[in-house]
Amino acid sequence: MAWTWFHRLASPPHVYRLSARLTPWLAWPAALLIVAGLIGGLWLAPPDYQQGDGYRIIYVHAPSAWMSLFVYTTMAVAAGIGLIWRMKVAHAVAAASAPVGASFTFAALVTGSLWGKPMWGTYWQWDPRLTSELILLFLYLGYMGLRSAFDDVQRADRASAVLAVVGLVNVPIIHYSVVWWNSLHQAPSLMYLGKPTMPPSMYVPLLIMLVGFTLFYGAVLLVRLRGEVLSRERAASWIREAVRA
Amino acid sequence: MTDSGTMMPPVRPAFDSASDATHPAVTALAAARLVLARDLKLAFRKRSQLVQPLAFFAIVTTLFPLGVSPELSRLRPMAAGVLWAAALLASLLALEMLFRDDAQDGTLEQYALSGGSLTWLLAAKTAAHWLLTGLPLALMAPLAGIALGAPNGAVPGIVVSVAVGTVALSLIGSIGAALTLGIRRSGALLSLLTLPLDIPVLIFGARATELAIGGEAYGVPLQLLAAVAVLGLTLAPLAAAAAVRINLE
Repeated sequence: MAWTWFHRLASPPHVYRLSARLTPWLAWPAALLIVAGLIGGLWLAPPDYQQGDGYRIIYVHAPSAWMSLFVYTTMAVAAGIGLIWRMKVAHAVAAASAPVGASFTFAALVTGSLWGKPMWGTYWQWDPRLTSELILLFLYLGYMGLRSAFDDVQRADRASAVLAVVGLVNVPIIHYSVVWWNSLHQAPSLMYLGKPTMPPSMYVPLLIMLVGFTLFYGAVLLVRLRGEVLSRERAASWIREAVRA
Repeated sequence: MTDSGTMMPPVRPAFDSASDATHPAVTALAAARLVLARDLKLAFRKRSQLVQPLAFFAIVTTLFPLGVSPELSRLRPMAAGVLWAAALLASLLALEMLFRDDAQDGTLEQYALSGGSLTWLLAAKTAAHWLLTGLPLALMAPLAGIALGAPNGAVPGIVVSVAVGTVALSLIGSIGAALTLGIRRSGALLSLLTLPLDIPVLIFGARATELAIGGEAYGVPLQLLAAVAVLGLTLAPLAAAAAVRINLE
């Protein structure tokens, strides 16, 4: 059966063991790539002709912003799979992802506003991307709030899955409405990066950081997934063997 | 439930499919019309509940002149934003009542078991909710608008934009209300779930109202607002029905 590996992903003990085995394969490359990206971004890349060294926060800011959306999408897709095929492990993936995604969103907001201080002269500017990021944080908080409001895990899983899928439909609408809103209400005086002519010494470290952050999320997700599976299956007999091993 | 190793068998609910075969006399639309009439009748027996969101809307719009300035020249530029923030909060306040009573006395459960399409029934309930809160808000908004310095010529624009916008708000809100059915004291959570999803409605609606107050053409934002409402109309009742089923299980 070619699909056996896929069907086995629905089995909590299998997933528990598999994620334990896979974690180092993601965690070590993530650590190496992030260190390499930081060295490349903070030392090797040349200063920007406009922003000097101030732009270097992009090596944390852009990957965080990317991850905030990537994790939301992963979470919503996993929640949708859980909702449609009643797959407990998929719900566990969604539940394990939410706090990670919220943290990335928060990091993107903090680094964005720190970057804004030297560039815009203020910590907060109603910039469309920053505003959508803030709304994304509210979406994460709503998801986690709804999840924590239920005592019954299965009900929490399914209700929050509906919300995640609804949110996924809405994310692009929210983003474009915010962009439109901003283009109407604000003079285009923002200092955007001179992006089109970014030399390779600048964007290669950025790409390395992007991959590093994604792998880091994968590693954290696997660790959190094991925690989720353990707490959900605490009454099952295989847990005793797994924990003793 | 610890059936590790196997996927749970897909439990198909007995209702919703082949509904017309079991009740040939009542089609989904006819049932929806009955639910709509019932909800309207019930609401008119408790008139004080109908007035509350409107009074809330009036009070919130009164707070801004008190907090900012009595001068119309300073209020007029923010009139659209104030109207929409107040309308958003008033419709949110009314949302808690959308499914609450029917969930408590078991009516919602009967709807789910009735063999009819729960999606249509919830769409009818949401339509009733809009007729009882959104439409009165739209009719009241010009009063508040004029009190905040909008010219008389802006009245049609304000009514239309608030009317279309509250359709979208009721629909999006029905998902949040359905999701928080089983939760006690769900008010704060309901706003946390619903308000981020309402942001496009706020942006397009406030822009249309602002243009109407300024005496300009407001067709484009109004069409975008209508697009959001239509998207909500097609998808929100499905999501709300799924959410109600989850909370009834």
